[in-house]
Amino acid sequence: MSVITVKHLNVNYDQIVALTDVDFEVKDKEFLGIIGPNGGGKTTLVKAILGLLEPKSGSIVVENAQILGYVPQMTTFDRQFPISVKEVILMGHLPRHIKIAYKCSPHEKAHAKTVMERLGIYQLRDRQIGQLSGGQMQRVLIARALMNHPTILILDEPTAGVDELAKEDIYKMLQELNRTITILIISHDTANLMGFLNRVIYINKTAHMHEHHNEGQAFSTGDSCPIDWFIQGEVIQKELLETKGES
Amino acid sequence: MLDAILNYNYMQHAVIAALLSSIICGIMGTIIVEKRLVSMSGGIAHASFGGIGAGYFLGVEPILGGLVFATITSLSVGQIKRKTNTNADAIISMFWSAGMALGILFIALTPGYPPDMTSYLFGDILAVNNLYLKVMIGLTILIVFVIGLFFSYWKLYLFDEEYAKIMGIKVLILEIILYILIALSIVILIKVVGVILSIAMLTIPPAIAKLFTHNLKWMMAVSGILGAVFGLGGLTLSYYINIPSGATIILVAITGYFVSILGKSIFIRRNDQIVE
Repeated sequence: MSVITVKHLNVNYDQIVALTDVDFEVKDKEFLGIIGPNGGGKTTLVKAILGLLEPKSGSIVVENAQILGYVPQMTTFDRQFPISVKEVILMGHLPRHIKIAYKCSPHEKAHAKTVMERLGIYQLRDRQIGQLSGGQMQRVLIARALMNHPTILILDEPTAGVDELAKEDIYKMLQELNRTITILIISHDTANLMGFLNRVIYINKTAHMHEHHNEGQAFSTGDSCPIDWFIQGEVIQKELLETKGES
Repeated sequence: MLDAILNYNYMQHAVIAALLSSIICGIMGTIIVEKRLVSMSGGIAHASFGGIGAGYFLGVEPILGGLVFATITSLSVGQIKRKTNTNADAIISMFWSAGMALGILFIALTPGYPPDMTSYLFGDILAVNNLYLKVMIGLTILIVFVIGLFFSYWKLYLFDEEYAKIMGIKVLILEIILYILIALSIVILIKVVGVILSIAMLTIPPAIAKLFTHNLKWMMAVSGILGAVFGLGGLTLSYYINIPSGATIILVAITGYFVSILGKSIFIRRNDQIVE
């Protein structure tokens, strides 16, 4: 069963083509990786799915019963903004139809507390968000996205600016969430993330999909598949960096 | 000075005007600083000068003209920013200079003796009349209610507008309301500190408040209190030394800012020593 169906999607920024003829489906409860070069249209695709961008043509159908949750890149907001962890997370509960003198219900507060505890950030609840590490900030954003009980969680580079150890933690946490929630994740960290994913989609203006990704295959086949090339490139780069670091 | 406050109407008005504008500074100043709308607010303040000139030219209350120009500017900047790719700063500076140019033009075209514009450029808190005071009270109440009753939404809008959009909140309505409120606030401040200085009054108190608090509500409250201290302090100084009130208020505020920075760095250093 597919929860999101994208058909012949074209998205332009004025005259510039961002995505052309993108076709794919997201299956229920899958852990889908979105990879590709910078400027290839990954974030554009996600924004189109979220309804932030109007497609030029084609369609995106999100199944009716699905609720989208979104974890943006950390650079989209001001880390120095005078706001605490708790406040950021509780915002996820705001009703979309503007209500006068809205206050969070005790039930919503309890829900926020449960989620914070589950993500291991409850002790940080009164911190101003600028005082958090990258990994902690990501957890806060994930907690906020979980407030409206999403069935699909979309994450845009949740491990950018996060140290190696915290990356692993976030992946494991997502894996746990994945038992009940469909997850779409944009990432550059293909080498570490690959083991957690069910499928990978490679976006560079167009989409290329791996239906059955077998771990390690990327290293042996060496065919013309862009995913293999891309991952191989990243791995080689990483190894180069590591050997440089050692010598 | 207490004598003067008790005995003279204009002094009472000045004190009330200073207090009302400090409420505006606290709330709107914090929003302007946090939403990075400082240069837009500067543009609106200067554009309103065109309206003040137009008011003189047409024989209507100048501040009313200022109000119209400020609102048009603020909504136009928002609209143009959304519709085109032009850099917002470029649009703002166009309105900025167009407003000033129109103001000068209208004043020149106004028959008879040219009016004294310094009170609009640099403010004259001692010349606040009854009608103006009523307008100020009305606008202050409006701002307090509109921001207060939808505070959670404003907080989200200021912090992460894109996320508000994704949540399905009508961000455009919030933006239009905010831009109108900014225009109103600036016009209120013009009488107190003038076109040129109003932007300082909106930005200095929040800048100080942010040194000491990480909570939006507190930032507004602290800015408001600081605004009141600077307003009344400047007024007192200008009364005793007999210097222009608007300029004095601003200089008091700026001195306050540097004292705060210094105070904070000393405080931090001392704390570090305790930790060591």
